[in-house]
Amino acid sequence: MRGIEVLFLGNNMLRLLEGLWVTVRLALISIGLSLILGSALGAAMTLKNKVVKVITRVYLEIIRIMPQLVFLFIVFFGVTKLTGANLSGEVSAVIVFTLWGTAEVGDLVRSAFGAIPKHQFESGISLGLSKPQLYLFIIFPQALRGLIPNIINLSMRMIMTTALVSLIGVTEVLKVGKQIIDANRFDYPNAAIWVYAAIFLLYFLICFPLSLVSRGLAKRRADK
Amino acid sequence: MDWSFIVKFTPMYAEAALLTLTIGATGIVCAVIVGLVCAMVKYYRVPVARQIVSAYIELSRNTPLIVQLFFLYFGLPKAGILLSSEACGIIGLTFLGGSYMAESFLSGLNSVGKIQLESAASLGMKSGQIMRHIVFPQAFSVSVPAICANVIFLLKETSVFSAVSLADLMYVTKDLIGMYYNTWEALLMLVTAYLIIILPISAVFSVLERRLRRAGN
Amino acid sequence: MSEHIIDINHLVKSFGENSVINDLSLSVSRGEVVVLIGPSGCGKSTLLRCLNGLEPIQGGSVTLHGEAVEHGGAGLHKVRQKIGMVFQSYDLFPHMTVLNNVILAPIKVQKRGREEATEAALALLDRVGLKDKAGAYPSELSGGQKQRVAIVRSLIMNPDIMLLDEITAALDPEMVHEVLNVVLDLAKNGTTMMIVTHEMAFAEAVADRVVFLDGGVIVEEGTPAEFFHNPKTERARKFLKTFTYSR
Repeated sequence: MRGIEVLFLGNNMLRLLEGLWVTVRLALISIGLSLILGSALGAAMTLKNKVVKVITRVYLEIIRIMPQLVFLFIVFFGVTKLTGANLSGEVSAVIVFTLWGTAEVGDLVRSAFGAIPKHQFESGISLGLSKPQLYLFIIFPQALRGLIPNIINLSMRMIMTTALVSLIGVTEVLKVGKQIIDANRFDYPNAAIWVYAAIFLLYFLICFPLSLVSRGLAKRRADK
Repeated sequence: MDWSFIVKFTPMYAEAALLTLTIGATGIVCAVIVGLVCAMVKYYRVPVARQIVSAYIELSRNTPLIVQLFFLYFGLPKAGILLSSEACGIIGLTFLGGSYMAESFLSGLNSVGKIQLESAASLGMKSGQIMRHIVFPQAFSVSVPAICANVIFLLKETSVFSAVSLADLMYVTKDLIGMYYNTWEALLMLVTAYLIIILPISAVFSVLERRLRRAGN
Repeated sequence: MSEHIIDINHLVKSFGENSVINDLSLSVSRGEVVVLIGPSGCGKSTLLRCLNGLEPIQGGSVTLHGEAVEHGGAGLHKVRQKIGMVFQSYDLFPHMTVLNNVILAPIKVQKRGREEATEAALALLDRVGLKDKAGAYPSELSGGQKQRVAIVRSLIMNPDIMLLDEITAALDPEMVHEVLNVVLDLAKNGTTMMIVTHEMAFAEAVADRVVFLDGGVIVEEGTPAEFFHNPKTERARKFLKTFTYSR
């Protein structure tokens, strides 16, 4: 069972962290794009237009019913086949996770606005606020407070889900881990258990605080 | 579209889908059991066990399944615990799903108000009777939507099983694309297989939820 | 009125540092209706909860026919069958029909036959004017109707005493009457009761004895006529004054 030293050999720990950063960065980029596109989607979903409603609904359902890995395969292998050009795993990942994140953010935005009681609009208007003022001072701040815990939670899930990119050939923390294990095969035959335990712990150390913050904010809001 | 390719490899996909389903269903059933036990431990505030369950729930919910699987499949053998791909899939899914199920059951149990427990007690009912007649029936109908969502979530999570060399749908697809370059056909079969697995289940669940919602009012 | 149903001896109850009931003694005889009144936070609801073993107590004792009522005690569920309790909030079991709410405890706890229990339940529901609601779910009832069912649900156990904890406090004003009429009817028929209420006119009409609590002790007790029209203590006078509006 010995072999924990492997983690601290040379720059191994640094390499693992770099590998982790690869997926975390993908998650952050995807979340950023999702926030922009998702807000637009959410706004579209509040429209009463029937066609828009059906299209957004179908989009949401398709995203929900398929595993993200299936979409990764479709984009990664499919687009390559279609264009003949090699789409990198990273770009495929950003496309897929943005599509997913956009659906999630859109739904969150829609329900955040839907959760604001009607009398908030009415009392704002009856105070003589203009429409932009009403939204700026009354509606957006309330919607945002409901959204933030959910967005943090989504970011956490995004970081966990981007671990899937190892299956489409992106060199991230699991791959780096394997490289370290292979390189030390003879000196430290038991390195695998320590390396994978370390990766497990690294993910936990990133995601757990995010969970706590998200839950704390949601609870503080519920208590009010 | 090369239809003969599709015809030729359909049995292979069917087999892979069956494997996914078998391991998925086994893992989900185990997750429900683990979840129930954990929820009861937290509901009754069993000392020590309660802290262990809380730690487990956090560990399970804040790490990706694929990392959990790598640890089980590649890490544990170094500690002398050799698990087959199938066992890893089931254990991994149970480890992940147990925490989700526990939280869903617990929120159902907690939804039954204290005043109901007190009025049942003041009618002379014993705690076992209160659980059976008052708490469980109500907790169940509150939990069902979350449990259904968990089942779908876990079924989707099974797609990472190929990471531990389980010959599941993703594995077969990657293989076929690598060997024959029939990318579109392979992807089409992949999507179809998942639709066949998930759509009916999701349809049944939404009917069930609608029934329960009506019964609740 | 000689046989004691409930005896409270030197009861002490506190929540942490906060003492709520201080060395309180009180007995209720068969057929007697005792009304507890007092300002909010005087400990009257807590007292009722102690009588039913819903709260652990820090000193003294509560006995029903000489049998101890103890929070967490092994025989508690047996004693509780003889004590009916109705709470302020509507506490019907929402997943059962009115009839099933009422017959659950007779069947499961007292092991009575379903037919006999159903018959008894329908008779009692009829008495409170709700026989036609037997098949309804609680969510289909008004607040007043729910409380009448809650009373029936306790009554069917043939309790030795009924404890009513501000049962009209959460009701709309127009529903208060229908519930209080049921309680008055019970009083007339000799049901032993201990009632916490803020309805002074009702208290006067229903009580054999009024007990005025403040600060966890009995400040004054007497017949309704004495208490409401000629209170002996300054505190009681002050309290009663808060119920009249003077400009």
